[in-house]
Amino acid sequence: MSTLTPPERVWWKPLGKEEKIWLTVSIIWALVLFSMMIVWSAAAKQDTPTETYKISTTEFQQLTNTFVQKYQVGQVNGVPVVRPPAGGDVYLLARQFQWYPILELKKGQTYRIHLSSADVQHGFSLQPMNMNFQVLPDYDYVIRLTPAQTGEFYIVCNEFCGLGHHLMSGKIIVKE
Amino acid sequence: MATQQLAFRTCPTTGFKVHLRAEKLIVANAVTAVVFLTLGGIMALLIALTRWEAVHLLSADWYYRLLGAHGMTMLVYWIVFFEIAGLYFGGAVVLNSRLPKPGLGWLAFALMLTGAVMSNVMVLIGQATVMFTAYVPLKAHPLYYLGVVLFAVGAFIAVGLFFASLVVAKVEKRYEGSLPLFTYGLMAAAIIAVFTLVGGVITFVPALLWSLGIFKLYDPGAYRVFFWAFGHPAQQVNLAAMVAIWYALSSLMVGAKPVNEKLSRVAFLLYILFINLGSIHHLLVDPGLHTADRILNTSYFFYLAVVGSMIHAFSIPAGIEIAQRAKGYTHGIFQWLIKAPWKEPGFSALVISMVLFGFLGGVTGVLQGTMQLNILVHNTLRVPAHFHMTVVAGTTLAFMGISYYLIPLMVRRNLVGKAWASVQPYIYGGGLALLFFGMYGAGSLGVPRRTWDTTYSQSIVPGPVFGGEVNIFLALLGIGAVIAVIGGAIFVILMVLTLFFGKKVPIKA
Repeated sequence: MSTLTPPERVWWKPLGKEEKIWLTVSIIWALVLFSMMIVWSAAAKQDTPTETYKISTTEFQQLTNTFVQKYQVGQVNGVPVVRPPAGGDVYLLARQFQWYPILELKKGQTYRIHLSSADVQHGFSLQPMNMNFQVLPDYDYVIRLTPAQTGEFYIVCNEFCGLGHHLMSGKIIVKE
Repeated sequence: MATQQLAFRTCPTTGFKVHLRAEKLIVANAVTAVVFLTLGGIMALLIALTRWEAVHLLSADWYYRLLGAHGMTMLVYWIVFFEIAGLYFGGAVVLNSRLPKPGLGWLAFALMLTGAVMSNVMVLIGQATVMFTAYVPLKAHPLYYLGVVLFAVGAFIAVGLFFASLVVAKVEKRYEGSLPLFTYGLMAAAIIAVFTLVGGVITFVPALLWSLGIFKLYDPGAYRVFFWAFGHPAQQVNLAAMVAIWYALSSLMVGAKPVNEKLSRVAFLLYILFINLGSIHHLLVDPGLHTADRILNTSYFFYLAVVGSMIHAFSIPAGIEIAQRAKGYTHGIFQWLIKAPWKEPGFSALVISMVLFGFLGGVTGVLQGTMQLNILVHNTLRVPAHFHMTVVAGTTLAFMGISYYLIPLMVRRNLVGKAWASVQPYIYGGGLALLFFGMYGAGSLGVPRRTWDTTYSQSIVPGPVFGGEVNIFLALLGIGAVIAVIGGAIFVILMVLTLFFGKKVPIKA
């Protein structure tokens, strides 16, 4: 008898003591791991956002442009710097190969960041916090973000989006 | 009866009755697999030498092309061709039976090869720089999607042939009672493969029509759901096939028996029932999914599929220990392990594959797939760190391990370069472990995967996004990859030498 030959006729046999212990520990560990996702989701301050709306790429671009016109306070290399009202809606557009616009946020205020794409799929990656979300065209993904520290934070793209993918970056500036 | 006898030979080593027409198909699929492994390995070297910032070898264009081709070649073509060879072996040879309709096997082979070559050519000529995932609306040439569909259809036929061979063996009473555990594990892999290949067709046929302009739009969110019904289940096929091979190697190397057939088989059943739910972990930070959906699915249903893996992680080493102790290695706690055949490439490949897969691949996979942690991990280098431990150090190394015995058996030649073979798993596994720590370290600092350059010096908003410390990890990635590629090359060279120059073993009817 080996793993390469048929087993004996009746192989449905009780487990040994060690097997029972191992199996019990594994199942308990599995349930703890499972419960932790629920507990964390209910109790912790950081959780995966779910708020989503369908939106056309043109409509989202219009919303972003209006947002930029209304709240622009400066520019860096031609990219507008936008200071939205504290606690308001923020539009961040991903497109080949740029995050548009640069955002200036206030520490301790909670913003609703709307993420969407003008063209292909992108990956929102906030550094050095290292928080990552998928950005799809036609979907408005709303992330509630409360900056906890001041400084300059980069956004890079971490979903391959074309030959200029490695150039795609943006910025969030957090002030007191 | 005369023709019946000529259809089989008796293997002098194993005593299996080998169906000669099955044998030809096994050799063709296994050799093609090794060719794709070679191509994928060359690409791996070039890609890794590009991510190693100090070398930064390729141009951006070629980096992205080769990365896409490397993914498809390794994750699908190398592994599936090898698995088809394994299925024919487990379904016909191990059962001392025959493969029904070998002609269909050749049709499957032709479709798979055509599809694989077609899609890879489109990527290499720059018409399909979309990566393995080909997320819409990033568009590839229609022939790319057609290639993938042809491959999937071919693989589907081959899997069907495997099921047919199980039925034939049962009906013709080639074996008594239940399937051997090895074949049972392969059957679990084949059942998961059916789901996977249907997923592939559902994903890529609409993509083909969309790319041709017949479908006007393909919802990017829906595509991701479809794609991951193919992309990750394909890796679960590899998981089940790899575990089946672990069991086979434990028997071949030290004569291990299943400790408890019931427990091991239930573990495979847990894979079939629950493992594919886990595919949702690719969508954990996607818009549009409900929290309950994310949690239940990413947990493979209360982690029951993971309990399946925990069972194998117990049963295989236990089987080895019992077999070794029965040989008289009973001194102390570890004599059975110290006296194990560490110079047999099948044994070292088994142990390294199990350790790297389990401790680095499986554990990182389960943890990174928890809903909240995924925010820190999604699309960073921690993702390829994980799957290079599962699919490469785990599956590929296990496949290499069994190849040292399976391929000489099937081509009826003795293995060339046994001494090289006995060190190969250590070199390959060692290189991959370094690669893992490089990728994992850089990924933990946020460095994205699939990105040619992470200095962002030429961007509109330029910046040193990442500190200089990431370069240490990226160098480790490069060095690990070079060592692993050397290990892979040793394997390929030994297989080629065996195929052409191995000492012939006379055929016995």
